[in-house]
Amino acid sequence: MKIGVPKEIHEGEKRVAATPEAAEKIIKLGFDISIESGAGDAADISDAAYKAVGCKIVKSAKTLWSQADIVMKVRPPAQHPKLAVEEVELLSKGATLISFIWPAQNEGLMQQLAAKNATVLAMDSVPRMSRAQKLDALSSMANIAGYRAIIEAAQHFGRFFTGQITAAGKIPPAKVLVIGAGVAGLAAIGTAKGMGAIVRAFDTRPEVKEQIESMDAEFLMLDFKEEGSGTGGYAKTMSKEFIEAEMALFAQQAQEVDIIVTTALIPGKPAPKLITKAMVQSMKPGSVVVDLAAEQGGNCELTEKDQVVVKHGVTIIGYTNLPSRLANQSSQLYATNLRHLLTDLCPEKNGVINVNMEDEVIRGATVIKEGKITWPPPPPKLSAATPTQTAAATANAPIKVKKSYIPAVVKPFMPLVLGGLALYFVGSGAPASFMSHFTVFVLACFIGYQVIWNVSPSLHTPLMSVTNAISGIIVIGALVQVSGKGFMITVLAGLAILIASINIAGGFLVTRRMLEMFRK
Amino acid sequence: MTNSLVTMSYIAATVLFILSLSGLSHQETARKGNYYGMLGMAIAIIATTLSPSVNSYIVLILALLIGGFIGSKAAIKVEMTQMPELVAIMHSLVGMAAVLVGYANFMDGSSTLSGAEKSIHEGEIYIGVLIGAITFSGSVIAFGKLSGKIDGKPLLLPARHWLNLALLILTVLLGRWFLHQAEADGGTFPLLLMTIIALAFGVHMVMAIGGADMPVVVSMLNSYSGWAAAATGFMLSNDLLIVTGALVGSSGAILSYIMCRAMNRNFISVIAGGFGTGSSGEAAVVEGDVTPISAEETAQLLHASKNIMIIPGYGMAVAQAQHTVNEITKLLREKGKKVRFGIHPVAGRMPGHMNVLLAEAKVPYDIVFEMEEINEDFPNVDVTLVIGANDIVNPSALSDPNSPIAGMPVLECWKGETTIAMKRSMASGYAGVGNPLFVLENTRMLFGDANDTLQAVLKALKG
Repeated sequence: MKIGVPKEIHEGEKRVAATPEAAEKIIKLGFDISIESGAGDAADISDAAYKAVGCKIVKSAKTLWSQADIVMKVRPPAQHPKLAVEEVELLSKGATLISFIWPAQNEGLMQQLAAKNATVLAMDSVPRMSRAQKLDALSSMANIAGYRAIIEAAQHFGRFFTGQITAAGKIPPAKVLVIGAGVAGLAAIGTAKGMGAIVRAFDTRPEVKEQIESMDAEFLMLDFKEEGSGTGGYAKTMSKEFIEAEMALFAQQAQEVDIIVTTALIPGKPAPKLITKAMVQSMKPGSVVVDLAAEQGGNCELTEKDQVVVKHGVTIIGYTNLPSRLANQSSQLYATNLRHLLTDLCPEKNGVINVNMEDEVIRGATVIKEGKITWPPPPPKLSAATPTQTAAATANAPIKVKKSYIPAVVKPFMPLVLGGLALYFVGSGAPASFMSHFTVFVLACFIGYQVIWNVSPSLHTPLMSVTNAISGIIVIGALVQVSGKGFMITVLAGLAILIASINIAGGFLVTRRMLEMFRK
Repeated sequence: MTNSLVTMSYIAATVLFILSLSGLSHQETARKGNYYGMLGMAIAIIATTLSPSVNSYIVLILALLIGGFIGSKAAIKVEMTQMPELVAIMHSLVGMAAVLVGYANFMDGSSTLSGAEKSIHEGEIYIGVLIGAITFSGSVIAFGKLSGKIDGKPLLLPARHWLNLALLILTVLLGRWFLHQAEADGGTFPLLLMTIIALAFGVHMVMAIGGADMPVVVSMLNSYSGWAAAATGFMLSNDLLIVTGALVGSSGAILSYIMCRAMNRNFISVIAGGFGTGSSGEAAVVEGDVTPISAEETAQLLHASKNIMIIPGYGMAVAQAQHTVNEITKLLREKGKKVRFGIHPVAGRMPGHMNVLLAEAKVPYDIVFEMEEINEDFPNVDVTLVIGANDIVNPSALSDPNSPIAGMPVLECWKGETTIAMKRSMASGYAGVGNPLFVLENTRMLFGDANDTLQAVLKALKG
C-alpha cells in the first residue's frame, strides 16, 4: 500500500510524520512511501535524505493525498492555506488516515472523515497500557514538552538554575515547582534537576511519589487522605476540601519558588485553575510560570494561549506547540510511534494493513472504521493506574493447573500415610539389630534436614564439596575390611580406601580453598 | 583401642560432622565448619585404624597416602570454573567405593549371621551396591557432560520411561534371585548382573537430562552418594556411616528440591529427562528487533547510572569473565555507584556456582544477593548487566503459560530502567526457549565473548 506524508500546514507546526530512519523501516514492511517536497524542512530533514532511503518525493500536495492509501500526519486535517481546500477533501475515498485527531473536540472533522468512508486511527486515542507504550505518541510528545518547558523557562528566567559559589559572590539555586507528575511533569523534573535546580513536585496521585523521589525531587505531601487516581493512569477531579488544601499549598509555594511548571490535566475537562492571580502577584519578580495546559484553558488564571506575557513581573508562558519547538526530536519520536503502529497493523510484513478490531491497542486507536465512527472505544481492560492488580494477574497467570488423580483433601496426608505404611512393613519384618540402626538413620535424616535448610544459598557449592568429603567416610567400611580374609577382599578394600581418601583430601581441601575466597 | 572407645570416637566424629554442616549457614562460620569436618574425619579414620578389627597396615597406609596425595593435587589444581566437574567426579568415587566395599563385604564369609538377619544383611549389600553403581556411572556421565566431553543435549531414547521401568523390575527380580542364591552362599552372578544393569541405568538416566537441569542432577548425585554411604553403614552395622550417609543424603535431597523449585519443575520430570513435555499449547514465538549497543555506549550508560545490578550466568563461567567483572565492579564502586549482584539459584551448572566464581574473583560477598532478596528491587535499578544468562531472566516464564519454563521464578530485570544483555549470539538458552527480554524496548544487546566485551567496557570506563 502507498503511504503519503504531507507537509504540515498548521501555522508554526514544524514536525513531520516520518523521518528517513522510520521510513526505511516502514519500507521494509512492504509499504511505498511518498513525501511531499519540503515536508521535513522545518525539522531539518531534507528531501534528499528521504530520497536516499527510497522514498518518493512528490511536488504537489494534491497528488500526494490523492495517490495515498494511507496518509500519515501530525496535526488533524484542516483548511489548506495554499490550495484553499479542506485537507479532508483531498483524502481519497476509503483511504486510511493516521494522525492526531482529538475526536472529542473535533466532532465536525469526524463527521467529514466518516462521510469520506475513511478509516481513521487517532494517535491521541492509543490506549494507555504497557503493550501500547511504544506507539504512545502522547507520552513521547509530553516528554518533549516537559523538557522544552524547562528550556523555555530558563530562557525567560534571569538567573542560573544551579547554585554556585564564585569569587563574585554566592548564587542560590533556582527553585522549581512542577505540578502534575505525568510524563511531561517527570520530564520537566528530570531536566530541571539536570540543570542543577532544586525541584519540588506535586501530584494528586500518591503512587507517583516514588517516581518523583527516584528523580531526586521532593514530593510535596498534602496532609489529606484522598485517592486521586482515575482510570487510564490519569488524574480525576478532586473533592472541594482537597482542592482547598491543595490551593493553600500552592499559595505558600508560590512565594518561595522561582519557576512553576503546571501540567495538570483531567481528560475531557477544562484544565483545573491551580495558580490564581493572587498567587502570581505573590511570586518574586522575574519568576516564570510555564503552563503546559494552555491548550485546555491553562492551569494559571493569567495564561494566554500561545503567548508569552509578563504580568505582575512574572513571565507566563502559554505555548501549546512545545513539541514542535523541538521539531527534529519530536518528529523522530512521533515517526517511531507511527512505525510501531504500522508494524502492529501489518503483522505479515506484506505492505497491507489489517485494522484488527480484536486487538485492544488497534481497537482503541481506531476512531473511524470504513466510514463508521467507532469512538469512544470500550473501556480498556487493564489500567496503568492499578499496578497491584496487574502484578497480581501476572503472578497468577503462570500457575498451571496440573491434572491430579488424587483428591485435594487427601493430598496433604499422602506422604504421612505412605511413610506410615513403609514404617509398618519395615517394623513388622525386621529384626531388633536392624531396628536400632534404622532409628539412628531416621534421626540422622531429620538432623540433616534441619541443618541443611540453614545453609546460606551462596555456600551451596562449598556445601556440596564438604558433603562430598564427608561421604568419603565410606573409607571406614573399607578400613575394617582391609584386614579381612582373602587376597581379593584386601585388593577391593585397598582400592576403596584409595578412592575414598581421594575424596576426603580433595573435598576438604577444595572446600577450604573456596571458603578462603569468600571475603567481605 | 577398645570397641567402646572406637564407638566413642565415632560419636565424636558424628557430632563434628553435624557441626561442620551447620557451620556452613554463614560465611563467617563456614571456615570453622570445614575444620570441624576435617577433625571429625581424622578422628574416625584414626580410631578405626587402631581398632582391634584392623591388623594389616601396609596396604591401608599406602592406599590412604596415595589417595590423599591425588586428592590434594586435584584440589589445588582445579579451576573454580571446573568445580561442577570436580564435584561430579568425586561423587562417582564415592559410588565406586560403595560398590567395592559391597563386593568385599559380600566375599567376606566370616559373618556369623543367620535367618532373617542374614537375609537383611544380603539385602543391604545388594542395595548398597545398587545405589553405589548408579551413583558411579551417573556421576561419570555428569562429569562428561559438565566438562563438555559429552554433548550437553538430552539423549532421549524412544520409550525411555518403559526402559527405565523394565530395568527397575529386572533389578527387583534379580534381587529376589540373589537373596535366594545367597542362602546357599552363592549369588555372585546375579550381583554382577545387577551391577551392570545399575551402571547402565545410571548412564541412561543422566544422558537424558539437559544442560540446564545439571544443577539438579549434581545435587541428586550428591544425595545418592550419601545414601550409598548409609547403605554401606547398614551393611557393616556401622552407625557412623549411617549417620554421615543420611546427613549427606538429605543435604543432596534438599539441594535438589531447592533447584527444582528454582526452575518450577517437578523432581520426577527432571529425572525422567527431556524438557517442555508438559506444556499444553504452543509457546508464543518471540518477535521483534533487538537493539544492539557497543562497549563504549555501555560504559557511558554505566557512567550515567547510580544503581547497577549484575546478573551473571553460565556464560560468565564459560568466558572466565569473573575477574573482569570484579575489576568493573571495583571501578564503579570507587565512582560511588551502588553495584550489586543478583544470583539465580540455578545460574551455572551447580548450586552456588556463581557465588564461588565471584568469590574467586574477590567480589565481596555482601554485595552478592540471592534472587529472592533482590527481585523486588529492580524498579529502582538504573542499569542491569546480564552476563551470559538467558533462561533465568526470561519474562515469558511469568507471562506465557505455554512457555516450557512457565512458572519458573526469574530475575525480573526488565522492570529496571535499562537492561544490557551480553550474549555471544541470538541463540536460545538451554531450555531452547526464545527470550522476549532481548527484544524489549529497554533492553540493549551487547554481542561478543563476555570477557572480551567486558574488557572493552572496562577500558572505556577507565578512559
